[in-house]
Amino acid sequence: MRSVHALAAAALLLLPAYDVASAGEPKQGGILRVYHRDSPGSASIHEGATFSINVPFMPVFNNLVMFKQDVAQNSADSIVPDLAESWAWSDDGKKLTFKLKQGVKWHDGKPFTSADVKCTFDMLMGKSQQKFRQNPRKSWYNQVEDVTTSGDFEASFSLKRPQPALLSLLASGYTPVYPCHVSPADMRTKPVGTGPFKFVEFKANESIKLTKNPDYFKKGLPHLDGIEFTIITNRSTAILGFVSGRFDMTFPTEVSIPLLKEVKSQAPNAVCVVEPVNVSTNIIVNSSAPPFDNIDIRRALALVLDRKAFVSILYEGQADIGGTMLPAPGGLWAMPKEMLESIPGYGPDVNANREEARKLMQKAGYGPDKRLAVKVATRNIPIYRDPAVILIDQMKNIHIDGDLDVVDTAQWFPKVARKDYSLGLNLTGNAVDDPDQSFYENYSCGSERNYTNYCNREIEKLFDEQSVEKDVAKRKKLVWEIDKKLQEDVARPIILHARQGSCWQPYVKGITIMVNSSYNGYRYEDVWMDK
Amino acid sequence: MFAYIVRRLALMLVTLIGISIIIFVLLRVVPGNIVDILFDAAGFVDPTDKANLEKELGLNLPIYQQYLNWIGGLLHGDLGYSYVSEKPALQEILPRIPITARLAALALLFSASIGIPLGVLSAVHQGSRLDYTLRVVSLSGLSLPSFWLGLLILMASVSLFGHMPIYNPNPATWTEAFAIYAVPAMAVGFRSAALTMRITRSSMLEILRQDYIRTARAKGASEASVNYRHALKNAILPVITVIGIEAAFLIGGLIVTETVFNIPGVARFLVEALRWRDYPIVQNLVMLIAVVVVVANFTVDMLYAAIDPRIRYGD
Repeated sequence: MRSVHALAAAALLLLPAYDVASAGEPKQGGILRVYHRDSPGSASIHEGATFSINVPFMPVFNNLVMFKQDVAQNSADSIVPDLAESWAWSDDGKKLTFKLKQGVKWHDGKPFTSADVKCTFDMLMGKSQQKFRQNPRKSWYNQVEDVTTSGDFEASFSLKRPQPALLSLLASGYTPVYPCHVSPADMRTKPVGTGPFKFVEFKANESIKLTKNPDYFKKGLPHLDGIEFTIITNRSTAILGFVSGRFDMTFPTEVSIPLLKEVKSQAPNAVCVVEPVNVSTNIIVNSSAPPFDNIDIRRALALVLDRKAFVSILYEGQADIGGTMLPAPGGLWAMPKEMLESIPGYGPDVNANREEARKLMQKAGYGPDKRLAVKVATRNIPIYRDPAVILIDQMKNIHIDGDLDVVDTAQWFPKVARKDYSLGLNLTGNAVDDPDQSFYENYSCGSERNYTNYCNREIEKLFDEQSVEKDVAKRKKLVWEIDKKLQEDVARPIILHARQGSCWQPYVKGITIMVNSSYNGYRYEDVWMDK
Repeated sequence: MFAYIVRRLALMLVTLIGISIIIFVLLRVVPGNIVDILFDAAGFVDPTDKANLEKELGLNLPIYQQYLNWIGGLLHGDLGYSYVSEKPALQEILPRIPITARLAALALLFSASIGIPLGVLSAVHQGSRLDYTLRVVSLSGLSLPSFWLGLLILMASVSLFGHMPIYNPNPATWTEAFAIYAVPAMAVGFRSAALTMRITRSSMLEILRQDYIRTARAKGASEASVNYRHALKNAILPVITVIGIEAAFLIGGLIVTETVFNIPGVARFLVEALRWRDYPIVQNLVMLIAVVVVVANFTVDMLYAAIDPRIRYGD
């Protein structure tokens, strides 16, 4: 076995995103008061698919490994041990072995062992007696054949084929280790973890309270006595609460750009940052039915987009244009600018693109006298609805009359799944900035989240090729090629990658907002308050 | 009178059964259930998982069976389990009732204590500057949405006092405790107060033109006695009716006010439960509201007889 990382080496290699020396010695105590944007459906991270669950409950747990919490950009280099002491890949890249920390206890006092690791991942792979009510990230472990243990403090993942990205998936805030002895039902209501904070209570629509875990296995941590999340669904009330000093921090990445100005004017001392959230606004096209079964019309659609207009109207310039992978500098895998601009529709001359689009529409039989009428389906939520309206306006330039079809949240996925749409405006979030997660989930033949049913066996081979590639530089080139092809095929035209704001009071220290994922940076064990 | 009360109670029972059927059917007519929402949020669907969950929640049963299960449970005091929190519905609903009840009672108190005296003043001084001013105030009360008023109060509070009166389960001082309920109650009760004032005014104007008022004045009764003992007593009946109706409509205003002021009462909880299609919570809460409205109507009818001796409910 070839050891890849060790805790000490990793800690030396990484540069903290904030300067500990200038921030001063961490003070102990205090309750961090944060408002929460909505009431999460449950407390079980594994059964959720929204960071509304990760933010309040990630501090309750630990992973085997995690992205270093004070490094803003998640990458393979920023992965550090958490419950694991170290890890090693086998030479053939098909076995990943973790040595586990000893003396770690669950919040109910029971010891943590390798059996808990096996239980967690067996349940995620659907192999155990106990089942999750829903298991949205089961496909992350498609390449895992088995999880085995050797004694109480060693666990190994055997893979069907090499998948270096598995480590990144295990480092996500979405991948905590659960205790064997607590049922999935209890984990939804009274989660038990090993993390820096213990669960106290979750009152739906009201509050979530966590208290310091005095027996936390990382000595000296956490600094805070607890964290209290007050659930405030009304954004104006929440922001007023922050401005008035009732809250120490806003809900992370939930302050829109216009609201950010408001916050800065009313609370000039607040620390605010705007970072990418790795959520793309995109168009889903039903290519299995007319009129979008015609590739010319799909290409015309890709050419009509004036992405800069979306960015300036919706985000006052604070969003990024890119392909499937999050653009640089936040993203690690995005195509270089020249390559991106060579893709039809991404060129800077919007008028020329639209002229070409009109020719394609004419070829398909549409023009000023014969306009194409389509319904643009989207969820009845502003972040979906607003870009859909702009899209409808832009499509008029190529003789397409769009009619907004707003769909209730409860009906959105069933509608998309049964292909009851021509054109849809959709948002896609990525928990990990890694091509494996994005490509397999959204573009792989037969994937449940491949809403458009895009299926290209040639590209599928490239997915696998990049997935097994250990050399990052080589993998990047493959990823760029795939991303370019996906955009050229109009698989799911990407309009933009949003950025959002987060603010905290100046006395809150140790907060790092991740720049390429909204799901992984909420352990809060390093956070402290200078007051 | 006894027979009348028995008849009214029987009618109330039939009304509540009818409401329970309407609530139950309407909820199921709305597209999507909690399983759809959960799977939608996760952005995937595994048909087996979905079927298992529907079975677990009893959503696979025929609709009449689900209805009978609910009513059977209600009769035994079992309101079922919240689909979202997986806690007993009663445990979820009960702690929220006093919060909303306090807020509603304060709003109604505000509405009556402001609306009735101002209505009388406005009527007594008809055509004066005071009357015009009060009419403008009442019109603004009817026109301003309570969520807007609520936000305005919050903004003013933050900018003037650097503090905002949003809910805190453990208020530190009595002023905070007062502000937690009184400010939102005023925001939601302002519209009600305006309506009460207008009804009181018009009712008083009508009464003040009656012969017996002239007679009272001719007999040398003081203005206060004429206005309050003779006129208001007779003008109050339509006002009580309006307050009764307003009590029923208040829940709509409370949904918005509880959201703006972040008060964890039943009204906001109802909206959240509806968003998740949390049937046990929604149907039990709507049923509770229906009971409150039906009982409020009954109480108002009984109040008529108590206030106006001319009204007698006979066989």
